[in-house]
Amino acid sequence: MANDVLLSVKDLHTWYELKKWGFLHAGYVRAVDGVSFSLHRGEALTIVGESGSGKTTLLKTILGLAPKTKGEIVFAGQKLDGKRGGVEQLRSQVGFVQQDPYGALPPFMTVRKILEEPMLINKFGTGAEREQRIREVMEEVRLLPVNDFLAKYPHMLSGGQQQRLVIARAMILRPSLIVADEPVSMLDASVRVEILELMRRIQTAHNLGVIYITHDLSTVRYFSERVFIMYAAKVVEQAGVDEIVHNSLHPYTKALLTAIPDPDPDNAHRYRDVPSGEPPSLVNPPSGCRFHPRCPVKIEGQCEVEVPPPFEPMKGHLVECWLYKA
Amino acid sequence: MLQRLKTLRRYPSAIIGIAVLAMLVIVSIYAVIAIPYGEAIRLWRGGPGVWDDNPRNAAPVWFDWFTSDALPRTIIVSTADAGVKRVEPIGGGKNRVEITLPFTYNYDRFPNELILRSEAVSESSTRTRFSVFWRTPAGEMVPLATDRAMRATDSYYISQDLNVSSKLPAGAVRPEVGLFSDYAVSAPEKERTPVKGEYAVVIQTEIPEGADYNARLVVYGTVHGVAGTDHRRRDLTVALLWGAPLALVFGLVAAVGSSLITFVLSGIGTWYGGALDALFERLTEITMIIPFYPVLIMIGQFYNRSLWIMLGVTIALSIFGAAMKTYRAMFLQAKEAPYIEAARAYGAGNMRIVFRYLLPRIVPVLLPTFVTMVPSFVFLEASISVLGLGDPVLPTWGKIINDAQTNDALYKGMYYWVVEPAVLLMVTGFAFSMLGYALDRVFNPKLRTV
Repeated sequence: MANDVLLSVKDLHTWYELKKWGFLHAGYVRAVDGVSFSLHRGEALTIVGESGSGKTTLLKTILGLAPKTKGEIVFAGQKLDGKRGGVEQLRSQVGFVQQDPYGALPPFMTVRKILEEPMLINKFGTGAEREQRIREVMEEVRLLPVNDFLAKYPHMLSGGQQQRLVIARAMILRPSLIVADEPVSMLDASVRVEILELMRRIQTAHNLGVIYITHDLSTVRYFSERVFIMYAAKVVEQAGVDEIVHNSLHPYTKALLTAIPDPDPDNAHRYRDVPSGEPPSLVNPPSGCRFHPRCPVKIEGQCEVEVPPPFEPMKGHLVECWLYKA
Repeated sequence: MLQRLKTLRRYPSAIIGIAVLAMLVIVSIYAVIAIPYGEAIRLWRGGPGVWDDNPRNAAPVWFDWFTSDALPRTIIVSTADAGVKRVEPIGGGKNRVEITLPFTYNYDRFPNELILRSEAVSESSTRTRFSVFWRTPAGEMVPLATDRAMRATDSYYISQDLNVSSKLPAGAVRPEVGLFSDYAVSAPEKERTPVKGEYAVVIQTEIPEGADYNARLVVYGTVHGVAGTDHRRRDLTVALLWGAPLALVFGLVAAVGSSLITFVLSGIGTWYGGALDALFERLTEITMIIPFYPVLIMIGQFYNRSLWIMLGVTIALSIFGAAMKTYRAMFLQAKEAPYIEAARAYGAGNMRIVFRYLLPRIVPVLLPTFVTMVPSFVFLEASISVLGLGDPVLPTWGKIINDAQTNDALYKGMYYWVVEPAVLLMVTGFAFSMLGYALDRVFNPKLRTV
């Protein structure tokens, strides 16, 4: 694994302005609120969080699909400060894999057309080179035999094949980073592992950086070395995958792990202690630690007052929680 | 797309619709080739010499198939064909000329009209006079006109000459009835039937030597052509034929024009959103409350009645019509599709997204709509014409109905005059609707089970 930094995000904020009567300012939705991390070439990183925790917005900001409010994104040593602030200058360097494979594919285009579009837009090669690249990528994601698929429309493919096509499209411009937004959550359990393994194989084969977003901790193992836990627009804990699973520190991470379903018949009679309540509003987030209203172990007088900085109780394991104050 | 179109074969209504439309298209192409645009306008304008040999208000020839009587066709005899001209010098630099125009009358009804047209070939002959006689099958000679002044071109409307009636033994009946009746019988006009046989019109005159004189008799029938004629002797075939391309062009151009422009504008407005979208929305709301027909009637009344102006106004008024709202609702949904986000992620520009990603999504909905929209525009043009605000020079189906209405066609029993264009309009409407609904089922499969 090369050790150079591929993507570095510093103190990234993405706020959406709320308006009253169409023009008066009425506050912000703080969808991403001060996230920093760096991703090395060939490294896979998983961001886990529940719905509304800001993980998709983080990814869209990196892709330049959502406007960043402040912060800095450096991609392959180049600071991105385009109009939207994301990787728009480096489109061909980043592949995007979406959640719903059917929705992610234009229903009126054939497989060939779908794969050719990114190359046409980014002026990639000649006609013959493009055709060559399409076949290459389709073989790589195992849409075989290639000739059978080229003229098909997305609705003629199975869910797994559709997701392979989405991955092929993300790969077609030979990117160095792939961002995947819950790539398997809409798929049958039977094809999930297959798709994750495919992504893993591609990642190692091309030494890609991958940001993998999921709400499902059980799929993380297949994939990545490092896991970020997001809660209410902030990263609350980051560590290696084994650390997170076996030695989680943040009370929210613990709650998430408890919530993973386990096919054990006895579970029907077992009570799981999951923190009650819902994720907080991102317009008026709670003061101090954002998890404090739901936290079972909160420290009165501190958690609701002061924002916890990242502590590092173990090497490579960062957690934003006052319990681990050094 | 093509595969979907192929499934149209499963719908009988689509096949009938396509067949009828194909026929209309063939008729249109034939009409435009056989009678060029300028020629069609000239024929429809009529005027002297254009339709002189056609009867007025004659029913189509096929009316004859439904009556037991043989209905009279138009008979034309002239010195150029069956007419006999005898020239005999009488001295003093003059010739006596006797022209006999014989014809066989074998019909069970009286003719519509009788006109004798004559032409003097030299200036000098116009200073003389001529006499006209009617020879019945029995050989009797009835003087029709004596010492009628000879003009360079002369039309003697025998059937309007009241003197003729008075000269006939049959009594007070219309000249064309009296001339073909049995003189011996005295009966009211309705009970009379024409005597079949060899008739002739004989013209006698004396003209200077070197001059010439020709005559031509037209015995107008009561049936004419495939479609009949109108009050100005115009053959309705011209208008029925030319009505097809005009209706199709108006309907198609209006439907395609307005729906395509609406479609593209709504796509662009919805994609960019903001001020552009708001502008389109307000324009649509304003246009939606403008009454469509009254505006067209006003333009027809005060500005211009040209079909092409009407077409332009129709498209202009339809662009920001209710369809804008429908398309916008669909685009608002389509614009959030993940594949559009993906396209933005790999760098597609705004225009590429609108034309390559957004619009194609809605085309399957658009296609059936615009096909079903065509008849409404065809009917729109027809109703404007029926109101008398149609194009003054172009022969359209609505124009025929308008003529029929102003001439009390239905009251006078000239049903063909109204029924022919009306049936064509309805058939056109049905064809588009049948095809449109079949297309709707093919492109919007949710309707398939309905």
